[in-house]
Amino acid sequence: MDQPDTAKVATEMVQVTIDGASVAVQKGATLLEACQQMGTEIPTLCYLETLTPVNVCRVCVVEVERNRTLVPACSRMAEDGMVVSTDSERVRHSRKMVLEFLGSSVDLSLAEDEVGDWMERYGADPARYGPVSAPAAAGERDARKPGHHHHVNGETAEGVHQPTKVDNTLYIRDYSRCILCYKCVEACGIDAQGTYAIAVAGRGFDARISTEMDLPLGDGACVFCGNCIGVCPTGALMFRSEWELRRADLWDPQAQSVTRTVCSYCGVGCNLELHTQDNRIVKVTSPQDHEVTSGHLCIKGRFGYDYVQNLGDVEQNSIDEVLQAARRRSPK
Amino acid sequence: MDLRFTDAQPTAEERRVVERATGIPDSESHDRVRTDSNLRIFRTGRRSVVNRRHLLLPALETVQSEIGWVSEGALMHICRVLSVPPAEAWGVATFYSLISVDPSPPQVWHICDDIVCRRQGALDLIDRFESGELQPPDSRWAPSPCLGQCDRTPAAYIQRAGKDDMVVVGPDTARLNGLSPDRHSPNGRPQPPPIPQFGQPHLRLLRRVGAVDPGSIDSYLAAGGYQALEAAVRMGRARVVAEVKASGLRGRGGAAFPAWIKWETVANSPEPVRYLICNADESEPGTFKDRVLMEDDPFSVVEAMTITGFAIGARRGYLYIRGEYPLATKRLSRALQEARRQGLLGEDADTGVDFDIEIRRGQGAYICGEETALMNSIEGLRGEPRNKPPFPTVSGLFGKPTVINNVETLCNVLDIVTEGGDAFAQLGTAQSTGPKLFCLSGAVKRPGVYEVEFGATLGELIDLAGGLPDGLHLRAVLLGGAAGSFVLPDLLSMPLTFEAASEAGVSLGSGVIMPFDQHTDFGDILTRIAEFFRDETCGQCVPCRVGTVRLEEALARLRRQPRPGDKDLIAEIDLAMRDASICGLGHTAAIALRSALDLGLL
Ligand SMILES: Cc1cc2nc3c(=O)[nH]c(=O)nc-3n(C[C@H](O)[C@H](O)[C@H](O)COP(=O)(O)O)c2cc1C
Ligand code: SF4
Ligand code: SF4
Ligand code: SF4
Ligand code: FES
Ligand code: FES
Repeated sequence: MDQPDTAKVATEMVQVTIDGASVAVQKGATLLEACQQMGTEIPTLCYLETLTPVNVCRVCVVEVERNRTLVPACSRMAEDGMVVSTDSERVRHSRKMVLEFLGSSVDLSLAEDEVGDWMERYGADPARYGPVSAPAAAGERDARKPGHHHHVNGETAEGVHQPTKVDNTLYIRDYSRCILCYKCVEACGIDAQGTYAIAVAGRGFDARISTEMDLPLGDGACVFCGNCIGVCPTGALMFRSEWELRRADLWDPQAQSVTRTVCSYCGVGCNLELHTQDNRIVKVTSPQDHEVTSGHLCIKGRFGYDYVQNLGDVEQNSIDEVLQAARRRSPK
Repeated sequence: MDLRFTDAQPTAEERRVVERATGIPDSESHDRVRTDSNLRIFRTGRRSVVNRRHLLLPALETVQSEIGWVSEGALMHICRVLSVPPAEAWGVATFYSLISVDPSPPQVWHICDDIVCRRQGALDLIDRFESGELQPPDSRWAPSPCLGQCDRTPAAYIQRAGKDDMVVVGPDTARLNGLSPDRHSPNGRPQPPPIPQFGQPHLRLLRRVGAVDPGSIDSYLAAGGYQALEAAVRMGRARVVAEVKASGLRGRGGAAFPAWIKWETVANSPEPVRYLICNADESEPGTFKDRVLMEDDPFSVVEAMTITGFAIGARRGYLYIRGEYPLATKRLSRALQEARRQGLLGEDADTGVDFDIEIRRGQGAYICGEETALMNSIEGLRGEPRNKPPFPTVSGLFGKPTVINNVETLCNVLDIVTEGGDAFAQLGTAQSTGPKLFCLSGAVKRPGVYEVEFGATLGELIDLAGGLPDGLHLRAVLLGGAAGSFVLPDLLSMPLTFEAASEAGVSLGSGVIMPFDQHTDFGDILTRIAEFFRDETCGQCVPCRVGTVRLEEALARLRRQPRPGDKDLIAEIDLAMRDASICGLGHTAAIALRSALDLGLL
């Protein structure tokens, strides 16, 4: 076989038609990238530029001529001559149902703002499945066995609601809000952190994100880099400080500011975004488009803000301090 | 990458078992932390695979069957030996219903309460277990989906720690007299011929069933065994593929895809490492044809796989068999040993064909019959289907070009090679060539596996099975299993061919024909089907993970107190599941329910 001409391969283009308009994209580009190139918005939940696509949420589906089923735009490669509809009746129906399925089983109240917009755009009505089932007891969902479940009567719509897992001082896991997008698993594993502290366990509707043996985070492999928090789209994973403030009804985005800085712990040069409320750091993020971090940090950058605040090394202090400061300002 | 393990230690027994299952000496497994320096990692697709990862399922399965459950100490030990992150191993262990991560008594009874058994004694049996009237010593029990024994109901599969697991069927189940796991063992009990058509001259796929000793390669050779492999080697690879193309053989696992297209793609692949997989997961409710082939003619499966491996240029084949088939597993393992001993299989085979076969036992997951889920399962990942494309012929097992075929599909290759593809194509119809096995169970006098040429009608098959028991008449037939659809008696004259089925808007699926009589409570049957899909979905994609639950809920309301619009809701759910789910499970989960509603069965 001839050696492929690498220069030629790199620039090889394919022509696709999206909603009637023709567009040329680089070979190997996904339909999502083709749509973005045209300015066509496609909703996505489990897709993140910095992570390998898992294509599980299916909210990004589009219709491709001569394909029996819809295809996920986030991971389907564009092929020459493809004719794609991004807003057909079938596409709108599947997106509506996916959003209803999630909305009727998961607490989406802290999900990224677009989710609400999409619900409206596609006419999703999660309430039509009836009231959500009572929350499971702590640990009950984690103990469910694959292949078995209790009989249902259809009066309520079964949900994933359960008590929040609060097992360390740095961050909490509220799996009532988990849409099982696999982003945290990927960020913890091959795509960023390489720690593999969490994975999907169980099967079917009882599938869940779990540590080994459902151990508390600190007893397993977790190194508290917080990268999973950084990618979670629904607020299921949250800084303990943010969670405490929200619980006390003292979380106040209006009173917050974000300062960009470079982490001073080591020489890598990670960009940090310090979110402050009442002059206290309440959470730390890193910009996803930053070439060093891609949004990912380590424990020192993510949680080491005690050091910045000179509050000593007992993290519990920082949360109490933050709460006290917020209380002093707003006597709710 | 550092892997971190908890301090839990295995017992001496667990150590021994893990060593045996993995073949890795215990002395190599003591490191508490593994680092890049003692770990090789390569990437396939979106996941990383550690080089020993493919031993994870065999390790879990062996600990489960020897010890009866997988303790934290055993799990950690497996993780250390295989360099698997504990959270991921936990994710895999908790995916399979036959693996217990909680302490468990030595015997676990899995009692089938699926569509056929529940109408033939299983519910009474379960009542007696529930009330404590039946209580085998040192045991617990759990309801099970179809065990592939629908012709001899009710059925139970029994895991026994440290002993051979076994299946009990029919009246034996109720009497709790376990049949020996080996029906040919010298317990003096005469065995009925395993197939109702035994001895009939037209049989091809079933001709050796009951006629040869499944434990003896001499018996197989005396019945003409291994002549096909000899012929294949004489013809050469390309000719074998050409004959399969001429034969028109289409897949018998459910999707009816032409076999030659897969074979040719892999045979012509530039990638030197290729794999063959024989899909013996057979978990579609109502299906038991592959079990009969494997139990009573295991050598033909081995020979057919060898020919296929030869034709596509694979050096290794995997036979993935459901865990609930202990007898078939035992006989196949013995057949592999015998074939190796006789120089008919393995690297240095006298035939000159460098091909060997490994058996992998599933551990209780219907979804692992889906071809890409099966590959993930072999690789030691959760049995979650992959998005296609890429198709397995391009990137399959371990990312290599792979042919995967059903047991029955492969067994047809023997006649194709010896008689020629054209002769094979003479059987059946133009688009559905060859012989076909159908699984008859439910309301028929003589349930069992029946072989006919494609083209026999639905009514003829039911007549072959003796028709309905006296006093009963036919109300509906479930065609194709839980993933299939109900049809009414007006389709009795429909020829059972791929084309006629597709014209009628139904599917032959895996060959299930399950008649129901006038007394059937279809609400009950449909509920069991809905429960099945909810239990068996992998849970990966939203339309299916939640859709199967919403279907079950809507059906529960339909049976008691429907809300206005519930039937439309079911149609809406079905449409989204067909359109947006990743795999065939989601695509087909609502078909039976919708067909029953359309036909007024509920
Ligand atoms: C949920 C699901 C379960 C399946 N189970 C089986 C099975 O148990 N055995 C089988 O041969 N094919 C099964 N299939 C079909 C396989 O994906 C695949 O099409 C088949 O093994 C290909 O072999 P064939 O072409 O010889 O039929 C299943 C498919 C789905 C979607
Ligand atoms: S904090 Fe870091 S190590 Fe811990 S689970 Fe999240 S991503 Fe993994
Ligand atoms: S916790 Fe968040 S990131 Fe992880 S799967 Fe759930 S929703 Fe996705
Ligand atoms: S359709 Fe169902 S079984 Fe298939 S991948 Fe999706 S969730 Fe899993
Ligand atoms: S964004 Fe494409 S499937 Fe989730
Ligand atoms: S074995 Fe019970 S229904 Fe098939």
